[in-house]
Amino acid sequence: MSGTDRFHDPAVVAGLLERIARAVDALGRPVTFMEVCGSHTHAIAAAGLRHRLPGGVRLISGPGCPVCVTPVGYLDRAWALAGQHGAVLATFGDLMRVPSSRGSLELAAARGAAVRIVYSPRDALRIAEENPGRPVVFLGIGFETTAPTIAAALEEAERKGISNFSVLPGNKVMPPPLAALAGAGDVAVDGFILPGHVSVVTGSGAFEFLPERFGLPGAVAGFTPADVLRAVEALIGMLAAGKPRIVNLYGRVVRPEGNRAALELMDRVFEPVDAVWRGLGPIPASGLGLAPAWAHRDASRLPVELPRPVEPPGCRCGEVLRGTLDPPECALFGRTCTPDNPVGACMVSSEGSCAAWYRHERWTMEGTA
Amino acid sequence: MSRRTVLLGHGAGGRMTAELVESVLLPHLGNPALAALDDAAVLPELPPGRPAMTTDAFVVSPPVFPGGDVGSLSVTGTLNDLVMTGARPLWLSWALVLEEGTDLDLVERCAVSAGRIARATGTAIVAGDTKVVPRGAGDGIYAVTAGLGVVPPGRQVSDTTVRPGDAVLVTGPVGDHGATIMALRHGLETGDLASDCAPLADLLEPLWDAGIAIRALHDPTRGGLATVTAEVAERTGLQMVLEETAIPVRGAVQAVCELLGLDPLELACEGRAVLWVAAEDAGRAVDLLRANPQGSGAAVIGAAVERPAGGSPVVLRSRSGGLRPLDRLSGSGLPRIC
Repeated sequence: MSGTDRFHDPAVVAGLLERIARAVDALGRPVTFMEVCGSHTHAIAAAGLRHRLPGGVRLISGPGCPVCVTPVGYLDRAWALAGQHGAVLATFGDLMRVPSSRGSLELAAARGAAVRIVYSPRDALRIAEENPGRPVVFLGIGFETTAPTIAAALEEAERKGISNFSVLPGNKVMPPPLAALAGAGDVAVDGFILPGHVSVVTGSGAFEFLPERFGLPGAVAGFTPADVLRAVEALIGMLAAGKPRIVNLYGRVVRPEGNRAALELMDRVFEPVDAVWRGLGPIPASGLGLAPAWAHRDASRLPVELPRPVEPPGCRCGEVLRGTLDPPECALFGRTCTPDNPVGACMVSSEGSCAAWYRHERWTMEGTA
Repeated sequence: MSRRTVLLGHGAGGRMTAELVESVLLPHLGNPALAALDDAAVLPELPPGRPAMTTDAFVVSPPVFPGGDVGSLSVTGTLNDLVMTGARPLWLSWALVLEEGTDLDLVERCAVSAGRIARATGTAIVAGDTKVVPRGAGDGIYAVTAGLGVVPPGRQVSDTTVRPGDAVLVTGPVGDHGATIMALRHGLETGDLASDCAPLADLLEPLWDAGIAIRALHDPTRGGLATVTAEVAERTGLQMVLEETAIPVRGAVQAVCELLGLDPLELACEGRAVLWVAAEDAGRAVDLLRANPQGSGAAVIGAAVERPAGGSPVVLRSRSGGLRPLDRLSGSGLPRIC
């Protein structure tokens, strides 16, 4: 029995759904909430919540899948590092199938590039230790959740004198794109379901700007069906009361101030840089570059020849990531773009909106007893 | 030292090959048909029924894991493929592709396991071959098999015979093999985890004897329970509704899945079967399966129904009460990062 079993309890879930239906009725208008964490996208789809919520509650997925927001240019650079510097690329598995201007890393591996799937930056460091003659580049993507582990691996490399280990920095931080989305005219969102894992690191306080600057409520939530539904209920409640704020519903692991040790570790290694988000474009101070003291381990400083970045023609991942388009509205969805043969990044990772729709939402549940 | 290491010469067909076969392999696989070392095994006449034949290749990494090795896995997997057609397995071929430099103790260990499974199931490895590839051109040891059996008269297993109302059964907890291999590959402690690798003939034979109407029968190997269920649903045009709370999954398997971002329903089993049986036979079938320790975890996990227009081939009723489509595994089941 897992400690989170009660968060899956059918009676608890049914009770929450009923309360939400009453609350949205009382509010008298439909609401749209955006979740910005791939694990929420996955959890909502896996529990079938979209089918079960009342018609007046729409959940859309924002740019919460780290693989999906990684721009084509980043992958092109990874290809070039393997091809032009003979680097061993160590990467999280999700990145393997994301298309770049030349094809996926899976294709690069098939053509002879040394690409290794790892579960943590520390595994990549071990590969570097075991192959002292070859540069080993860890593809550092993810949000505030993966950044501390990457920083720790860099410090360990320094301590152990493993000189052939470097990182291609591609990490992003969550608050700036939320500000961009909240301030954008074309994204109609009434509130945010805030990422539980990211908030463990940043603290729930990092999102206070949403009510302060944009008058929007936010709820930090965990990843079980009951967690997500409690967030929806809380957001509707704040809208009804006209008092938007940030509530922390994941208090079992998230503190307002976050994880100080992890934040300090990130500060020692990274510095904020402007970054390009697939679908959202460039956003100031939304990325984590390596601080100047780490230049010798910064693979983005190696000279490479890059192709002109080519976005797949017809792909509308950008609009999907902004929440302005549901995946099936894209002409490629389910036809030329499927999980077996993804055209856009949102179809690759199971956290991606398109992949989650394809797996979980393209069928009707009508008629199933 | 060199005597216990695979050398290119072991595959050249000369004296070294003969020594490998006679000292490392034959003692463990031995039976009259193989010991003759002729170009082909000449076998007794087949019993009545329709012959069934299968072939398979085994490239598992690591080659040794809790609960088995390439030797036991290759023989078991081949026998189980025959059993899934209703056949009684009789004979196998077993060919090894060895990488230069592989430890001969590993090769012998696999031969011991292969021979043990064959003897335990009353089958025999009657043909074999050994090839050696240069270091780097393979990964230690690969096994390639063929299997021959006979479907006794009167047995008819076919997905197309599945009817609305039929029950879906599984013979035990799912995902053990896949979770064990994934845990090993990622350096996790395996603890209580072990592959479920085991022959299925003795577990299922009593169901046939009891006259249970087994309509369809599959071993959920690659792609796991989700994939075989989807395949049967697609072939029949029916909808399979599975109950998440009824599907047995060990705690250790669940834990590995949560850690690595995998779904136990997509992980391979090597000693489980999924059965579609007439609803009225379901209770009796579970009792017969549970009478064997290997089937102690058997359970009815769902049912086949008419598929509504636009409905998903497979629907899982999640433990929180929601319905969700269950898709087959896509790609290689890459783990999620957060």
